[in-house]
Amino acid sequence: MRPEQLLTPTPSGVCCKPAKFHIDPTRKVDRALITHAHSDHARAGHKHVLATRETLDIMRLRYGENFAGSVQEVGYGETLNLDSVKVTFHPAGHVLGSAQIAVEANGCRIVASGDYKDAADPTCAPFELVPCDVFISEATFGLPVFRHPDASEEIRKLLQSVTLFPERAHLVGAYSLGKAQRVIALIREAGYEKPVYIHGALEKITAYYEECGIPLGPIELVKGAKKAELAGQIVVCPPSSMTDLWSRRFSDPVTCFASGWMRVRARARQGQIHLPLVISDHADWDGLTNTIAATGAGEVWVTHGQEDAIVHWAKARGLKARPLAIVGYGDEESEDDLDTAGETGA
Amino acid sequence: MNRFAELLDRIAYEPGRNNKIKLIADYFRTTPDPSRGYALAAFTGALSFKYAKPALLRGLISDRVDPELFALSYDYVGDLSETIALLWPAKKIKGRNDVPTLSEIVETLGALGKLELPGQLVRWLDALDERGRWALLKLVTGGMRIGVSARLAKTAAAALGPHDVTEVELAWPGLEPPYEKLFAWLEGEGEAPESNNPVLFRPVMLAHAIEASDFGKLDPKEFVAEWKWDGIRMQAASGLDKSGKRATRLYSRTGEEITKSFPDLLSAFQHDGVLDGELLILREGRVQSFNVLQQRLNRKAVSSKLLQEFPAHIRAYDLLSEDGEDLRHLPFLERRKRLGKFVKNLKDSRVDLSPMVSFGSWDELAGARADPAQHGAGQDADAVEGVMIKRGDSVYQPGRPKGQWWKWKRDPKVIDAVLMYAQRGHGKRSSFYSDYTFGVWTNGDEGEQLVPVGKAYFGFTDEELQQIDRFVRRHTVNKFGPVREIVHEPNEGLVFEVAFEGLARSSRHKSGVAMRFPRISRLRWDKPPKEADRIEALERLLEGDPAAPLKRKRRA
Ligand SMILES: [Zn+2]
Repeated sequence: MRPEQLLTPTPSGVCCKPAKFHIDPTRKVDRALITHAHSDHARAGHKHVLATRETLDIMRLRYGENFAGSVQEVGYGETLNLDSVKVTFHPAGHVLGSAQIAVEANGCRIVASGDYKDAADPTCAPFELVPCDVFISEATFGLPVFRHPDASEEIRKLLQSVTLFPERAHLVGAYSLGKAQRVIALIREAGYEKPVYIHGALEKITAYYEECGIPLGPIELVKGAKKAELAGQIVVCPPSSMTDLWSRRFSDPVTCFASGWMRVRARARQGQIHLPLVISDHADWDGLTNTIAATGAGEVWVTHGQEDAIVHWAKARGLKARPLAIVGYGDEESEDDLDTAGETGA
Repeated sequence: MNRFAELLDRIAYEPGRNNKIKLIADYFRTTPDPSRGYALAAFTGALSFKYAKPALLRGLISDRVDPELFALSYDYVGDLSETIALLWPAKKIKGRNDVPTLSEIVETLGALGKLELPGQLVRWLDALDERGRWALLKLVTGGMRIGVSARLAKTAAAALGPHDVTEVELAWPGLEPPYEKLFAWLEGEGEAPESNNPVLFRPVMLAHAIEASDFGKLDPKEFVAEWKWDGIRMQAASGLDKSGKRATRLYSRTGEEITKSFPDLLSAFQHDGVLDGELLILREGRVQSFNVLQQRLNRKAVSSKLLQEFPAHIRAYDLLSEDGEDLRHLPFLERRKRLGKFVKNLKDSRVDLSPMVSFGSWDELAGARADPAQHGAGQDADAVEGVMIKRGDSVYQPGRPKGQWWKWKRDPKVIDAVLMYAQRGHGKRSSFYSDYTFGVWTNGDEGEQLVPVGKAYFGFTDEELQQIDRFVRRHTVNKFGPVREIVHEPNEGLVFEVAFEGLARSSRHKSGVAMRFPRISRLRWDKPPKEADRIEALERLLEGDPAAPLKRKRRA
């Protein structure tokens, strides 16, 4: 079987025709397999959704009870037989509940990895390497200029700044699913014990992480806090809130942004960031290229990001490689814009 | 170097001045000599070595990275040094001990032969992290724009201990990196570092342009004034070198040495001292225009004919040091006394004392400024550019310290405008309508109409104030609270000649221009409003059109 017969790329995601399902479709379908709950991959309104329990829970938190017609939980390592096709979910190391989806039929295995990272993360299961014939990879940071440093080193810089500026609040912009909780967990690993303040948009998901047994230490809401209380505190918030009305309650804050984009100065300057923290939930260049090589795949499909460089790199190594040009992936930020819209002044 | 790079990163992104100072001071506090000294040198522009060319860097990276990937990366990042810093295939070794310090890098670069540079760069790039590589490449290519002034860096150094930035500035001339003695002194150990070179340039003290609104806040009794001469501000430093020979150096106000251009002045200095003054051309005791001075400055070769035709002269304003004694911490009036004796002692007609202008009130000073010939400048009045207003107790501080010295230039720009609104004044003037809004003609929605271009409450005599007040009361067409609208029709209204110092575009003003320091210079009872100026005249002035029909100062 040719790989394209097993999984067919379309502009709204890859589609498995023999078993009639889509993976992370960007339009409403009958049967959707979802890699993780970021809103560019997990949309509401499908008839039937298969995903990990955490992904389903988070989708429910975000979209409400009726986000899908029906749902089915799939555990890591569990194999489903959908018609003639075998489907297995493996940890992707991206955010809580994130999975790579291995699809196999007639001796051909394709791994749709969704978003993934091979770096350590105390808030989710570590990435698992799955040997395959075709590896579908993201390429968010698919340029050799992106090499993420140790996240703990970036957190050291944050805590050093908190010590140097004990009167200024440190606003740490972080995507509300995954990054925010990882940043808090890293702050705890570094030995910081004071309460961490969070924006209201992070409340539900942060509480869910704790329910799942991920300790985040004392958390306070910014909403109820007095202005004087916020001076000198670490405040984790969606990136977009750092420039809106909400941020005016802090006097002379240090704006920090935890993102892989912060590696490039022009991006940090654009966002008027005072302290860029290069912390990413995506694989960097070395992570992408090492992973692709290690899967043993003879063919790479690149979903979104800096496709050109990864495709060029893969071809130079004698692999077959093609960009998929799926429309709508790569906007993890947009979820936060939605979340904060109702939170102004919160 | 990684630590210095981290600091550079932080201050590049931090907009607040005090926060920047805190970050730099923290670096100075936690970084040992001599690295912190070289960092201070980097901020003050005191580092010098031969820069590496971009071609060398491109060569290094093209040996290591696929050209297509380099092209895609460079296209994305947009800056060559940053692209290379990020792309460099570093060898990650935990706990490596070959990470170079800033001082190693600076000292090595100073001693390195050209052929050794590429190999050394590679060793450093291998050992540093992304930020460190970026800072290194910016440093070696001379492309480091840090966004920190020398003054700010010195302020941060001063924050280490009990001294303030003025003390640092005073101690600074002649000091060299890595400033170990300076840091020790700043941290409260040891004496202030001293330079024993007698002919060093001392950073110059400058004045703020005075605004009309400043006068109310300044007490004339605390200030003295002198003419501002239309020449070139300069500094002359004279002393004995190590072998006991007299050395004299002339500097421009930025510290550029101009000794060679004015050999005719050197023999005037036979005493040790550093003098601040104005360089002028004097013919038969008369100060020549700036134009004439310019002719001398334009000649490259200093011929004896030139020296004869354009005899140079120094008009002294200040004395910064005498017989090795630093006078800059003394009050201006004290220094001025010492200056008087010093100049007298030189017994040389090429150096004289700039006379003081006496005044009892700002209005009196305004009168002197308007007519220097009758107020002591005599036949040199044409070379008077305005007056300098100095606090009697001002110490000599480099830069433009607040509230100490002011310049008040003459020969303003002038325009005829029509009185549109008047408002009561404050204090003694509260019973008079003394604040005026005036306008010029423009072609607006309703055809020819007046558009306000500024406000003035200054420049008229008491008698004129009474006349205007009477006019205002008799010609009010509307009242809005404290403001009266005054008749301003083509054939009825009052025309002011308004003088001002400058113009700027302004989106806040309906007219699109804002005047700097406007004041009423004459009342034009003789002129009907329709003959007042139009907005186009201001716009031409804004664009520097020489056809603008306004009196302007012309310099060749
Ligand atoms: Zn994602």
